[in-house]
Amino acid sequence: MAEENRKIAFICSKGDLDMAYPALVMGWAALGNGIDVTIFFTFWGMDLIRKTRQDHLEIAPVANTSMKMSMMGLKGMDNLGIPNLLGVLPGMTAFATKLMKDKMKALGVPPVSEYIQMLVDGGAKLYACKMSVDMMGLKQEDFVDGVLGIVTAGDFMDMTEGAQIIFI
Amino acid sequence: MATRTIAGKTVEVNEEGFLINPNDWTKEIAVELAKEEGIPELTEAHWKVIEFCRKDAGATGKAPTLRRITTAAGVSTKDMFALFPKGPAKKVARISGLGKPEGCV
Repeated sequence: MAEENRKIAFICSKGDLDMAYPALVMGWAALGNGIDVTIFFTFWGMDLIRKTRQDHLEIAPVANTSMKMSMMGLKGMDNLGIPNLLGVLPGMTAFATKLMKDKMKALGVPPVSEYIQMLVDGGAKLYACKMSVDMMGLKQEDFVDGVLGIVTAGDFMDMTEGAQIIFI
Repeated sequence: MATRTIAGKTVEVNEEGFLINPNDWTKEIAVELAKEEGIPELTEAHWKVIEFCRKDAGATGKAPTLRRITTAAGVSTKDMFALFPKGPAKKVARISGLGKPEGCV
C-alpha cells in the first residue's frame, strides 16, 4: 500500500487554559488513530510549550459570556452570568482557573505539561513561530524538550503539504 | 454481524474487525490479528500489554485507553507507539479481542 498517511496540523494561537486543550485532545486522538500530527505554536499559543508558563495557564471570568454561576456549583443558574464587575476583583481569575483545573483533574485529564509530553512521545512534531519568538524575545531553550525548532510561516506551509489544518 | 475464521476458530466480529465476544479470544487469534495490524511477531513486551488489557477489560468491562495503559501498566507512551505503531490503544484492543477503546484521553 503506497497510500500516503493522513496528516493533521494544528495552529495554536491562544494561551488561555480553556483554549489550550482543543489541540491537545484532538492531537492525542489523531495520534491514537495513526494520523501524523504537527503543531505550530504562535503568539499566546506559545505559552503551551514555554517551560515557565505551560502549567500556569489561566481562564478569566471577565468578558466570558459562557461562564455562568452554575459553573461555580450554584444549581439552576445556567443563565445567570458572573458580573464583569465581580470578575475584575483580585483572585477571581485564580478562582475560575482552580475550578476548571479541579474539574479536569476529576475527569483524569492531564495537565498541559504532561499532555505536551504525551504528544511528543507519541510522535507529534512541535514547532514555535519565528515571528512570535522574535517579538517576545524568546529562545529555543525557553521551550520544553520535544519542540523541534523555531520556524517561519513559510516553513510551516512546506511541512504541512497535504495536511488538514485546524486553527485554534 | 459477520463471522470469520481466525487461526482455525470461527468468531463473530464487528464491521471494524473487533471481536464481539472477548471470550472467543485465544493466543493464536492474537498472533493472527497482530499480523493483520502489521506486527509480524508478538514479543514478551507485546504480551505484557495484551495481558494487562485483557485483565483490565475483565475488571472494568471496557478496553483501556492509551493513557489508562501507560499509567496503570507502567508502559511508557513511547514504548506503546514503538510496540503498536499508529494507534496503539486501538491496535492492542483489537489484538486482545476487546472492543474499541472509548474516551478522549
